[in-house]
Formats: sequence, C-alpha cells, structure tokens
Amino acid sequence: MTTEPLLTEPLLSVRGLEKHFPVTAGLLKRQVGAVRAVDGVSFDVVKGETLGLVGESGCGKTTTGRLITRLIEPTGGKIAFEGEDVTHMSQGRMRPLRRDIQMIFQDPYSSLNPRHTVGAIVGAPFRIQGIKTEHGVKKAVQEILELVGLNPEHYNRYPHEFSGGQRQRIGIARTLALKPKLIIADEPVSALDVSIQAQVVNLLEDLQNELDLTYVVIAHDLSVVRHISDRVAVMYLGKIVEMADRKDLYETPMHPYTNALLSAVPIPDPKRRTDRERIRLQGDVPSPLNPPPACRFHTRCWKAQEICRTVEPPLTALAPGHQVACHFPENFAGNPSGNAPSAPADGQEKEPGTASPVS
Amino acid sequence: MSFLELKDLRIHFPTDDGLVKSVDGLSFTLERGKTLGIVGESGSGKSVTSLGILGLHKGTRARISGEIWLDGEELVGAGVEHVRKLRGKKMAMIFQDPLSAMHPYYTVGNQIIEAYRIHHDVSKKVARKHAIDMLARVGIPQPDRRVDSYPHEFSGGMRQRAMIAMALCCDPELLIADEPTTALDVTVQAQILDLMRDLQRDFNAALIIITHDLGVVAELSDDILVMYGGKCIEYGSAEDIFERPEHPYSWGLLGSMPRLDREPTERLLPIQGSPPSLINVPPGCAFHPRCPYADRTAGRSQTEVPELLETHGGHRVRCHLPSDQRRGIWENEIKPNLEAS
Repeated sequence: MTTEPLLTEPLLSVRGLEKHFPVTAGLLKRQVGAVRAVDGVSFDVVKGETLGLVGESGCGKTTTGRLITRLIEPTGGKIAFEGEDVTHMSQGRMRPLRRDIQMIFQDPYSSLNPRHTVGAIVGAPFRIQGIKTEHGVKKAVQEILELVGLNPEHYNRYPHEFSGGQRQRIGIARTLALKPKLIIADEPVSALDVSIQAQVVNLLEDLQNELDLTYVVIAHDLSVVRHISDRVAVMYLGKIVEMADRKDLYETPMHPYTNALLSAVPIPDPKRRTDRERIRLQGDVPSPLNPPPACRFHTRCWKAQEICRTVEPPLTALAPGHQVACHFPENFAGNPSGNAPSAPADGQEKEPGTASPVS
Repeated sequence: MSFLELKDLRIHFPTDDGLVKSVDGLSFTLERGKTLGIVGESGSGKSVTSLGILGLHKGTRARISGEIWLDGEELVGAGVEHVRKLRGKKMAMIFQDPLSAMHPYYTVGNQIIEAYRIHHDVSKKVARKHAIDMLARVGIPQPDRRVDSYPHEFSGGMRQRAMIAMALCCDPELLIADEPTTALDVTVQAQILDLMRDLQRDFNAALIIITHDLGVVAELSDDILVMYGGKCIEYGSAEDIFERPEHPYSWGLLGSMPRLDREPTERLLPIQGSPPSLINVPPGCAFHPRCPYADRTAGRSQTEVPELLETHGGHRVRCHLPSDQRRGIWENEIKPNLEAS
C-alpha cells in the first residue's frame, strides 16, 4: 500500500500497523482467537497539519492512537517518527522521545489524579524528564496554565475544584508542558458540554497556530472532525476505508461507508427533516473477533456484489490525495479495481433487509 | 385541557452545601402525538424534570411543588401507589444507558413480561407472546429466540431497541426518552431515531425527548424547550428555535456547534464561562455572567430575574432585552456569522 509522494518528510509515518489482542479460554489460557483491533493501517502526518481519525466504536481508532504513542505494543507494522523507527524501541530509549509525542485523553475526570494539585499534575512531566527550567518549574507551569486560559493562581488547587472544561484545559496544559511536536488527542471534547466543546476546539486551534503543533485527532463526531482537521481518515473494523483532504471527503465521499456515516449525522435544521436523502445502514458493526472476509463492509453495504465477498479492495488513490478501499466507489466515474463490474444478478441488488438509500 | 400540563413545577434538593434548585418554575403543555424536545447542558435540570413527571423523586429528600396534570389527573399530590400504577402503563421512560437500566440477571424477555403482567392480568404464556411481538415491532431479528437472551448478549443498538420495547409494552400515552441515543454510534443512532419516529406515529403517544444534541432535537421535535439553570429560557416551535432564536444562550448553543450542512466556519463562536452550579445560581438572569449582551440591560440582568414572555405565536423568551432588539441582534450580528464560510 503506497501513499501519495509527499513534498516534505512526514513527521509521523505509519505503515501496515497491526494490533491483535489475543483471546484466551480455559484453564491453560490457550489462545482461541484474536481481536484484530487494528489490521494494517498506513498513513503519514506532515508537520503542522491535523489528521482526523473517525469511525464508530470498535473500529480501532483509539488503539491506533495508543500504538502511535507506544502505550501498547504493536503486533506488526512500522511506526516512524521524524524518520526514526520507533515501533519496537525499548522503554528506556523511548523515554526522551515521549517529550515530542504527547496525548490528550477523553475523560477529564479520570485522567487527572484527584490527590495531586494542578501544579503537581502539570509539573510532573518536568520532574519525570528531569528538565531544568530557567525560573523554576512553578514559573513554567504557571506560564502554561495561562497559555491554556487558566488562572496561574490556581496552581495549588485540586482537580475537583474545576469544571469539566477547565479540567480538560489542565490535561491540555500537562500535554503542552514539554513543548511536544505531535499531539494525539483521543476524543478531546466528547465528554464536554456543547458550549464548552467549542471553547476547547478553539483553544486547540489557537495552540496549533502559536506553537506549530501537529495533531492526530481521534473522534466519532464527524462535525467536530471536519471543523478541526486538514485531512480525514475513516476507519471501519481496524482498517482505513477512505482518506482524503477534508473538503474532498465531506463533499465527494467515495466509500459507501463514509456516505452512510455522513448521512446518518442528525442535521440541526428542522426544515431539512423531510427533504434529506438518507442512507440507513442496517444492523451493527460486526465483531472484530470475526470480521467479515474480503471487504469488511460488505455485510452492511447496499452496493455489495460477489467480488466484495471474495477480494479485498486495496486502499488506492482514485483522485489526487483521495484514497479509497472500495470496488464500487461513489462519486467516481472510472473503474477502481480493474475488474469489470458485472451487472448485479437478480435478487442481489437491494434485497429486503439490506440497506438502501431512502429519500 | 392539554394531555400533559406542567404548572410552575419546582424540584429542590436540600443538601449540606445548600438548596439545589434543579427545576425552578417550569411550565409547559404537550398534546398526544406531539414531540417536545428539552435541550440543555449538564446540570440544567432537564433529567430531573423527567424524573419528576414520572414521580421517581418520591421517597427521596426532594421538595416538589407545582402541578403536573396528565390526562386530567394531578400527579404531584397523588399517592405513591397511584403514581406507581400509572408508571409503565400510562407513562414510560427510555433511559440513556440500556446496559445499566436493565437487570443483568434476568433475560430481556422476563423483564418485559414482568412489566406487562404488573399492569395486565394475563398468563405468562400470553405475556411472553406479547413480549415477542414487541421485540419484533422494534426490529429485533429472530425475536422468538432473542426473547431468552440476557442484556449482555445484545449489542448496544439492540439493547436500546429492547428497552424501547419494554417502555412500549403497556402502550403508554406519554413516553419520555432521556438521551436515548447518546451512548450509540451515529449509524445506530439514525436507526433508533427512525424507529422512535415510526413508533410515535403508530402509537400516537406524546413524546418528550431530552438531549444536549441539537441535531437530534431538530430531527424529532415539534416544539423545543431550552433549559438553563433549572429554568426554561426559551420555548417555541422547532422553526422558532432554529430559524429565529431570541435568547443569547440559544444563539450561543447554535454558534458552538460545528455543522455538516453548512460551509465550515473559520472559528466556532463559543459561550464564555461554564454552566452555573445549581447551588449557587447567579442572581438576576442566571445567564448574565456569560451573556455578551448583559450590559445592554442597564444592570437589570444582575438584579432582576426576567419573566418568560411571549414574543409572537407561542414563542416565549426569558430575557431582559426587548424583543425587537433581540431580533435585530440575531439578524444582523449572529446569523451572518453562523453562515459565513
């Protein structure tokens, strides 16, 4: 699987990344299967850009984020950061790199130690990395608190004294402490109230401009992802099914799954309730323990034909910078797989019980 | 008289830290076959309202006053036993998280059968048949087999369908759904919203949908009630709230939200500050510390609680600014920014 040639060296480069969690049974803990949470994911992230990773629960987006930060060990594939292979780097050698790759967590309630003051939480990275600051750690921490819109005088307060939005700012302050180059944000706003979400989204954008940060934003909310990302990758059952620039992905989505996702988002406009064209997928995402063969989306896809059940579609660039893994993409005139799409046999097209576009 | 009518409902909880005024003077009406969306942030009192209507606060320390009229019966003063008889049969609830709302030790079928037999004097066999019919009605495949499954054997979307089946099994006339799709994925959410729309049409129930998601509200609601700090701050038809909202908080909610149906804006327009603590609601207009227009009220917003006043055709707003000034701000200052690309 190759990606488009890039003009600049990517900051982060991921190739064929895999993570299989073993499933054991019985007294002897024999391995009876594996949850293929991430199953061959490749992408690049260029310095200064924001890549959005979207998908439904269980699609492997969070696992991908944790693999990049090496919080869990990959089963296969390669992760390179600034050209250096970090896939199986030892904890000791990895530690200095952790300054450069940081993570923002989803839940601002469980990701902050309730018994530590804000000063201790945000100052911890300095202590762990043994970094000396010019005017002491306290001064440095207070500067960061101010940067994320918190009062520096809150240095000695505890997390419970803050609201959800402020706690998320504390988490962001901790992330920024060591001036990282790459930040993985795993659902950074989904636990927050609507009005607070917008504050945090704006803060992330401001920080990116000010500090020249690169983000990988993992989220399930397609509207939030469109707002903050430059490029977006859609994941389904451990694989990327479509990756493109934001505008291309949202305006001319090619993969049927992306189309279905976009049309499922409720639109806050009561007038459009009736005139919207909707694609309604039936059923749930299949279990990653036993994913469907070939194209993993074929069990829910209204365009699926025989080839989708037998041949896995590769992620190929169908337009400049627009990669899709589908035999029968939408919004595309050519023939992606090289196989002549045969006319669907009788009864195969839109069987009752499979999804069909409803207007 | 309306099917459901709340008059000045107040639900206060005495705590060691002070009196929590979760719901503070809420009034609205709802007819059969209509859907009311209640929108608000966490701590705005929207869930407590629904528990209050169902009488689930009884036996707690909550202090409740005001009136709840359901089909000509007053519920606030009614006895615990009487309200229990209505609950399930006349009114029912769909909770946010079906995994914690269902009992893990009993099969899904048994939980539906139990609810049905409490209100209907029928044999287990008849009730079981009814449970299977209900599961089929909400779109669960192979209902005659799935009726014997435990909740953990269902996926999230199936579980939410089963809970809807449970809520509907006694044909309630009032259905309250508290964040019914928040725990679900977006494609499953779309299925559940479609299902709720179909079922409401078939059963002709009155539906209250409580959520923080303006998209969900816009999909389902006829009328919308926006809550802030335990009070209704704006009430109107779905078109009123989305096309010509008049409260600065409603503007803030609309500006905070990235939208897929519009060109992306450069920046979101958030509301400053955080939602108030219900122990310590700001004096005057509860929204004034976050309101960018508070200074245009000549200090009234700090001292005086604004009344919920009708501006036109059932559209009611709780704000000190005069209506024509609000409409001017919306048309000239807010709306163009929301639509700017």
